Amino acid sequence: MALNFKKETFREDYTYSNSDAAIKRFPFPFPEDQYMYSVNIEPHTKGKQGSVCEFTFDIDEHYVAECIDKKITLEQDPGRYQALPHMMDAQWDFVELTMGALAQDYPEHFTLQKQGLIWTWENKPLGIKDTFTFGDTSTLAAEPFDYIGRQLQGDFVLLDHRDETLYADAGIVTSQADWSLAFNVGMSWREWHGPVPRATELGVMDRALKYLLNLQIGSPVRRLNWTMTVNPRLDTSPENYPHWGSDRNTVNAENIGDLVHLRVELQTLFRLPRSNAIVFSIRCYLINLKDIAIYPCWAKRLHRVQKTMHPDLIEYKGMTKFHPMMVDWLAKFDDGETLAIGTQPE
Amino acid sequence: MTMINVKVAAIEQVTPLVKHFTFVKEDGSSLPAFSGGSHVVVSIDIGGRVHRNPYSLMGSPMENEAYHISVRRQENSRGGSVFMHENVTVGMPLKITYPMNLFSLAKKGRKHILIAGGIGITPFMSQIADLKRMGANYELHYAFRSPEHGAFAAQLKESCGDHLHCYIDSNATRLDLQALLSDQPLGTHVYVCGPSAMVVATLETARNLGWPENHIHSEQFLSPPIGEPFKIQLARSNVEIQVSAEMSMLEAIEAAGVEADFLCRGGVCGRCELDVLETDGALLHNDHFLTDSEKASCKKIMPCVSRAKGERLVLDL
Ligand code: FES
Repeated sequence: MALNFKKETFREDYTYSNSDAAIKRFPFPFPEDQYMYSVNIEPHTKGKQGSVCEFTFDIDEHYVAECIDKKITLEQDPGRYQALPHMMDAQWDFVELTMGALAQDYPEHFTLQKQGLIWTWENKPLGIKDTFTFGDTSTLAAEPFDYIGRQLQGDFVLLDHRDETLYADAGIVTSQADWSLAFNVGMSWREWHGPVPRATELGVMDRALKYLLNLQIGSPVRRLNWTMTVNPRLDTSPENYPHWGSDRNTVNAENIGDLVHLRVELQTLFRLPRSNAIVFSIRCYLINLKDIAIYPCWAKRLHRVQKTMHPDLIEYKGMTKFHPMMVDWLAKFDDGETLAIGTQPE
Repeated sequence: MTMINVKVAAIEQVTPLVKHFTFVKEDGSSLPAFSGGSHVVVSIDIGGRVHRNPYSLMGSPMENEAYHISVRRQENSRGGSVFMHENVTVGMPLKITYPMNLFSLAKKGRKHILIAGGIGITPFMSQIADLKRMGANYELHYAFRSPEHGAFAAQLKESCGDHLHCYIDSNATRLDLQALLSDQPLGTHVYVCGPSAMVVATLETARNLGWPENHIHSEQFLSPPIGEPFKIQLARSNVEIQVSAEMSMLEAIEAAGVEADFLCRGGVCGRCELDVLETDGALLHNDHFLTDSEKASCKKIMPCVSRAKGERLVLDL
């Protein structure tokens, strides 16, 4: 089914919005009334038809607008794309994985023709068509990871596997949540996953690392992560804090339903075959409180989760300013009904 | 675990003890690409008992029409290699895992010294293809018993030229590890695969010469050793299982129909790790994964290669 790509913005006038269908397929991340930090990794197998996990990489109605926003961010700050020289094999692995998946899953929008190592890639929504030699960087206008990374929603980090750990040795990062540390190429797993309150103590990061070091070709995994943000802004990076940090002061009891967004990251990890590197893909979904409240069980659940949130996490997720107001706003939807475990909207 | 259905496309006797097998996908499609140093686990059914053994992939990682492995016949093994030699025929269907790499090249290395003994040459065959493609600086040091045991020596001479150095026991040419490892530029990595004495000697020599630990790489798959039979209890599955002398604990668990995790089946990757809930006797740790203190604590065991002595061993599975 052909997608209808929307014209919308993720900055300044923020015209971003979700269609009814997009709301219904939103990856709501809370199966239970109480939020517990956990690694919650599961195999990235084909999900239900229409769900965000139906395909290897999810393309939705925001695709074109997001690629435009990514381009603006990269123009303003070219350092958001970085790759160390030893990651070239991984770059080509990434090209093969992403182009192959998109052409297979969205044939009306993307095509890939291979004649031996001569490949022709067509991206219809963005009006791109190029022929290049697989493995020969001089035949593309940009580095391969940069070239295709710009044509995908979300952020990507390529992790090199060495010394029993993973190093973030390449990345295209334009829609990161306000991570506690700015992303830097060359960081090890431990440096990069800095201090997540509650998680470090639980040894969650060490266990996740051990698991990922054994990640296999052909068996990708996924997990959901979440935060709350004011305005549908993709680029909430620490560097640009002056542009968006003050947005938190604009929230009031009248506009909170429109302004405050649940931001869910669908994180997927793939082992790359030739380089033995790992792709860490972070695909971001945004929905405002009003749209969440269309489905009563989501509103009730979110209310309970937020009400019982540990103060450290409220602070860590940058919600301190508007958190009490949000809990009040959500309270009016919660009649105390017992909810079954699960994330379905209805 | 996701497996790939392949069939045997060719078998070649390369030395008196080594056979080379070529696998292609059963449905004729391409196999996944892989990185130099990867292995697959081959699963074979011998009289109703499933054997799974890891073998290094030898072909070029760039070629994905076929996979190549070589198997050395181990007379006093539990039958896997003998079966591969005697019963596996061209056209036979087999199941293999996706490739995985526990012996990868350090891509940032400035120079690579590869040391192979006997059948330990196999993981280097694919690494050499990668090193050549990357234009890397490398040396291959290949030791074997006598000229007829130098599987692939001729082929390697052709592809590696001056990078290859052979050492043949019967000709009394010996590899001098001390000399080799004493005089290498900064940023050199050493990789060893071969008989255990050779691996140990290489690791010790490198360490004594002050090589940084992360510049020393080895691969040594263990085959599950034969031992005394023993009994285990699986607490969550609520079953008691007899592990016979020539079966590994992991095989016995699988044969009892209980699903257990594994990847390498050679005591290296850590995936099969189980928590020990109770034990009254010694655990015979044979793996390279657990640290010495973990082994001493008797809280964890790697069922793919380790065994137990005693009357009672309760595992969290
Ligand atoms: S399966 Fe790899 S250590 Fe046991």
